[in-house]
Amino acid sequence: MSDGAELAARLRRLEEIVRGLEAEDTDLDRALALFEEGVTVLREARARLEQAEFRVQQVLENAEGDLRATDLDA
Amino acid sequence: MIDGALSVSEVSARLKGAVEGALGQVWIKGELAELKVYASGHWYFTLRDRDCQVKCVMWRTYAQQIRARPPEGAEVFVRARPDFWQERGEVRLSAVALLRTEGVGDAERALRQARESLGRDGLLDPLRKRPLPPFPMRVAIVTSIEGAALHDMVTVARRRWPAKLLVVGSAVQGEAAERELVRALTLVNRLRADLCIVGRGGGSREDLAAFNLESVCRAIAAVRVPVISAVGHQTDVTLADLVADRRAETPSAAVEMALPDRGDLQAGLVAQGTRLAGGLRRRTRLAEERLYRAEDRMRHVIERRVAGARERLGRLGAQLDALSPLRVLGRGYAVPQDEAGRVLRRMGDFPAGLPFRLRVADGVVGARVEGT
Repeated sequence: MSDGAELAARLRRLEEIVRGLEAEDTDLDRALALFEEGVTVLREARARLEQAEFRVQQVLENAEGDLRATDLDA
Repeated sequence: MIDGALSVSEVSARLKGAVEGALGQVWIKGELAELKVYASGHWYFTLRDRDCQVKCVMWRTYAQQIRARPPEGAEVFVRARPDFWQERGEVRLSAVALLRTEGVGDAERALRQARESLGRDGLLDPLRKRPLPPFPMRVAIVTSIEGAALHDMVTVARRRWPAKLLVVGSAVQGEAAERELVRALTLVNRLRADLCIVGRGGGSREDLAAFNLESVCRAIAAVRVPVISAVGHQTDVTLADLVADRRAETPSAAVEMALPDRGDLQAGLVAQGTRLAGGLRRRTRLAEERLYRAEDRMRHVIERRVAGARERLGRLGAQLDALSPLRVLGRGYAVPQDEAGRVLRRMGDFPAGLPFRLRVADGVVGARVEGT
């Protein structure tokens, strides 16, 4: 799974967790477990976002067909 | 001395204004004559019809985009605007595009054929279009490295989202465009990108020709991730736009379409955090209330049970009391028992001389049978 897809999956899970927590019929043990998971997912999503770095690279292919990426000042 | 005489420079300046203000950039149809191609790459030629002619120049930048030099006498369309060359006192048309009229027919036919061919293979089918990934982290960009389009895209992207932009340079107009675009788009499949943007900044209709080529469209269709076409031309829709998963009117718009806003997402995360905490608080409060209610109910049940037991106990006590043999003894009766404690009820139980005990209300009296 790509980083972006992983982030999307985390956010989907977070939404489910919040809905689960807000539902009347979730029992307390389940609610506590959901909360704990929610906090973890939230922290991971934030960290993912903070780690991500904006970068611009130019991709070049040499005669042998190998790819090379060099930072591009734009 | 004549008063009010103008200098040559003044006349020249006025003529320049008049000539250059007379006409913007227009398409002109005429016959090509006196074509001279200089070593510098600039083209000088004349356009004429039955009665008139105008001198034209096409600078190298534009001339080198023309694939095949048309022969003298060919009927052509030239896109040009008038210039007044003050140092020579001549009017020239500065041409930016030159197409053979029969070539225009060819181009239209080629476009129609390309569209039909792509359509036959289902590449124009709207159902083929893929949704864009919500959070692309690696975005492939196919465009000219030197173009303003790239600069615009980078600027917008930097503001929005911490993605890695993987730029694959390609000519986007001129002779090399077809080959380079196809190669660049093919290369995108090796980049583990989440998304691809292919485009260029605004240009004339001819500048966009590469984006109407079947080979380029097929290369777009073969990209394994969603593709946004961003061919900067608001009025013309190219075949590439039709094959791509999404069309943006400009390269900047493509980036805005492709990348979420980091600020929005961060605010969203904060909101989810609040909901999470609120949800738990509410849930524990509910549990607490339920606990209190259960406690009350339990206490009530126990109290009721205790009261019931107490009442029953009282009743049993009274019954027991009524049935107690002590009560009978209290009225003056006595119970004879042998030494083993058996109650003696009949005459036969009393042989002469038998010692026995008499239980009375407040104790036991020793006794013996005297006779019968």
